[in-house]
Amino acid sequence: MMDHSHIHREVANMKRSLFDQGYLDGQFHQLEDLEDDLSPNFVEEVVTLFFRDSSRLIRNAEQALEKTPHDFTKLDGIMYQLKGSSSSIGAVKVRNECSNFRGFCNQGNMEGCLSSFQKLKREHLVLRQKLENYFQMLTQVTPAENV
Amino acid sequence: MGARTYCSVISRVVPRSRVTVPVRNPSAVVRCGRTDDLLGDIPPRGLTVSDQGGRYLGDLKTVLKRTWPVEMGPRLLTGHARAITIKFDILPVNRYLGGAFDVESLVETLLKQLAGDPEIVVNVYDVTTTSMPLIMYGPQDMTGYMLISHVSMLDFGDPFRKHQMECRYSQKPPIPWSAIYTPSGVFVIVMLIGYIIFTAYNRYVTVVEDCRKMEELKVKAEAADVAKSQFLATVSHEIRTPMNGVLGMLDMLLDTDLCSMQKDYVQTAQVCGKALISLINEVLDRAKIEAGKLEMEAVPFDLRSILDDVISLFSTKSSIELAVFVSDKVPDVLMGDPRRFRQIITNLVGNSVKFTERGHIFIQVHLANYATTMMNAKSDIGSNEQSQQGKSIGYSFDTLSGLEAADGRNSWETFKHLLSDEAPLSEDDENVTLMVSVEDTGIGIPLHAQDRVFTPFMQADSSTSRNYGGTGIGLSINKCLVELMGGQITFVSRPLIGSTFTFTAVLKRCGSRGAGIKRVLSESLPTCFRGKKAIVLDERPVRGAVTRYHLQRLGITVEIPSNLKMALSSLSEKNGYSRPSQLWKEADMIFVEKDLWNSGVEAWLTQQLLDWKQNGQLIDMPKIVLLVSLESDKSLATRFVDLLILKPLRASIIAACLLRVLGIDRQQERKMLNGSASLGGMLAGKNILVVDDNKVNLIVAARALKKYGASVECAESGKDALTLLQIPHKFDACFMDVQMPEMDGFEATRRIRLMESLANELMKTEKKTTEEGTLKRDDWHMPILAMTADVIQATYEECMKCGMDGYVSKPFEEKQLFQAVARFFDFEPM
Repeated sequence: MMDHSHIHREVANMKRSLFDQGYLDGQFHQLEDLEDDLSPNFVEEVVTLFFRDSSRLIRNAEQALEKTPHDFTKLDGIMYQLKGSSSSIGAVKVRNECSNFRGFCNQGNMEGCLSSFQKLKREHLVLRQKLENYFQMLTQVTPAENV
Repeated sequence: MGARTYCSVISRVVPRSRVTVPVRNPSAVVRCGRTDDLLGDIPPRGLTVSDQGGRYLGDLKTVLKRTWPVEMGPRLLTGHARAITIKFDILPVNRYLGGAFDVESLVETLLKQLAGDPEIVVNVYDVTTTSMPLIMYGPQDMTGYMLISHVSMLDFGDPFRKHQMECRYSQKPPIPWSAIYTPSGVFVIVMLIGYIIFTAYNRYVTVVEDCRKMEELKVKAEAADVAKSQFLATVSHEIRTPMNGVLGMLDMLLDTDLCSMQKDYVQTAQVCGKALISLINEVLDRAKIEAGKLEMEAVPFDLRSILDDVISLFSTKSSIELAVFVSDKVPDVLMGDPRRFRQIITNLVGNSVKFTERGHIFIQVHLANYATTMMNAKSDIGSNEQSQQGKSIGYSFDTLSGLEAADGRNSWETFKHLLSDEAPLSEDDENVTLMVSVEDTGIGIPLHAQDRVFTPFMQADSSTSRNYGGTGIGLSINKCLVELMGGQITFVSRPLIGSTFTFTAVLKRCGSRGAGIKRVLSESLPTCFRGKKAIVLDERPVRGAVTRYHLQRLGITVEIPSNLKMALSSLSEKNGYSRPSQLWKEADMIFVEKDLWNSGVEAWLTQQLLDWKQNGQLIDMPKIVLLVSLESDKSLATRFVDLLILKPLRASIIAACLLRVLGIDRQQERKMLNGSASLGGMLAGKNILVVDDNKVNLIVAARALKKYGASVECAESGKDALTLLQIPHKFDACFMDVQMPEMDGFEATRRIRLMESLANELMKTEKKTTEEGTLKRDDWHMPILAMTADVIQATYEECMKCGMDGYVSKPFEEKQLFQAVARFFDFEPM
């Protein structure tokens, strides 16, 4: 009994910290609302899909950055995609970083692009780890709840 | 030659000239001769005579020998110069042409023409010798009026003799009165006219001058007025800003740690600050109204929720019963200006609250057309009853709180009739005229102040502002606002008894779309109480009706036993064999008014209910709800009371309390309290296509739409979408991402529209050939909504250009989604 409530609390704390630290925003709540009995793991599915998709996009972006001359249009397109996906799941920091990147792209500022990209990768990684932990915890909790 | 016949020289003929001699006197004889020889009459040869018409009469010699008879009339004598010249060259002498006149007849004729009526005596004298005038014509003796005579010289052309003519009246002429008064009259008239013109001109000049001065003054006054308004507006605006700063700081101060005394001080300061701000707003409103700049909005709004809000502002003062009642026939949603409406009601209720110490404040809303006629009919009866009642009973009136109200028409009698007989709104009536009345039992308005009530800045008494606060603008603003809404505001007030303010407003009905908007805009009340039954026990029927109104808004059917005593006594039979009437059996809850809840009733009720439950005649114990108006009455709630509700009643408060008591699940409650039901109503069962190249977005969007009950299909590119949308297709709507590789949203939409127009053309030609009565679908036009992350104007214009019907932002936001979709799908209530 104690464990469950303990884990409950930890899960709740984790989620709250994700919001407080600005990693996620209200869109994540919307995703949770979309979950119901018919699709119980909707949020997890979406998040997994997101990370698969975003990793691919980041790889593409890396390749595009290594090529010269730099194709800003292509980079902009990749970032637009990433921005769209991240706002769909409520990944605020990632989305903001995408916007910054696109801003540098528009200016043609290669330096800015590169530094922004590094930040983006970092944010992406951090978010991924946090969310993976979160979902792991969640799976521990859920079977108990059903009882 | 006789004295009578004289020659007069008519004209001297100068050689080489043509002479025309008028001869008027028919008896004249024309002679022609030399000047030295007066009587020589050698007519020169060659002088021809012709008459006036130019007809040749003969040469002069022949003619002169003749005398013209009367009937020939005047003749002209013309001579040819040449003849005279030739002849006279040899003998250069002047000739004259003269005529002998019959002087007498000449004079007669002439004078007769001149004299008119009074006779004139004429003498012609030969005055060559001045001392001895020879009378040539006229009476020998001196007849006539000698004093006035007129002498004129006559020139017969005779150089040796002088003649004169003397004329005088034969009788003394009468005093020529007409000669006196005619000119004097004319003179007077002329003077008068002159005077008139002169005066008129002066007046005109004065008026023009005045006018000019007035114009100047008017311009100055208008400028002053404008300046005043601007000044007022500027000052008020300037004051508002720091005031808002003060209030903001006070708010922040409240958030910090304060001891209760400090909190009290801060709250007082806040109240004062808010009052100041509202005063400034009133002043600004007044200025705006004067400048004619106040415009009424027309948006859909819910009347009942506005009244609830207004009530909640005033629920602090507790000894007064505050109640709202809106008739059933008033539609749920109306088009009008909610802000102004709220302002009017807040002001009226605020006034009532200020000036009422005891009794009630009752707000009613009815439809105007029926209500006024009904009320007028009943008022006579009502007032009679009232006054009689007043004398005998002295206390209890049939109003909300039992105290007499100023307008006797609001007693239960009329109210009952209003509720039962009120005619529903006719379907084709665009305008809805509401009648709102605010009745209170306060101190009333003194009779001498009653006609000043709507004047700005006027208060009933000089001490009013000191005692009660306020500045007196509120009612004048109200009057303007009500009039802007197309209504009128009136009041009935009796000093020390109370006042009732009534106003009408003309609002518009909301169209069919209003149904959908209603659900989203109004704070939707929980629907879980639909079908429940309740009994309301209240001695005062008006108050009971108010409670019923609120409960009916939640969908609860309400029974108010009309004869309370009987209903209660049916409980009190102690033999235990009483059977519960249908009324008590079916009730889920019983609302009891505090007044009724003395210990006797409490005991009866609970005992009886328990008995019935034990006997099995009652399945579920109904919940007992106590309605109190004072905080202090909360202690009345014994263990038998399941729920205690503090008045003033509001449907939302009742709902919340009931939810707690009836123990409905939180989750369900949350769902019921938000508006997602409405969106679901529209999208349920519809086939929707979502097109987006980003898988994550696609999944999220599809899931969101599925939640609302739609069946969703996904496409990952424009091309796939086109394949799926080949006509005929089963989709009702499409959400299309704008930015996609290969084919973007715009291009895809354009192609879809092209396909649709081709199909429509085909259908039209088909329709012409086939005459079947089969149900053909309407023109193909699928609503396509763009999903875009950057909602900027350029994108919107592009969307519209290529044929899209609207756009929503990514990710979906419920309200925006609803508004976008509502335009295409009819709202169907679930």
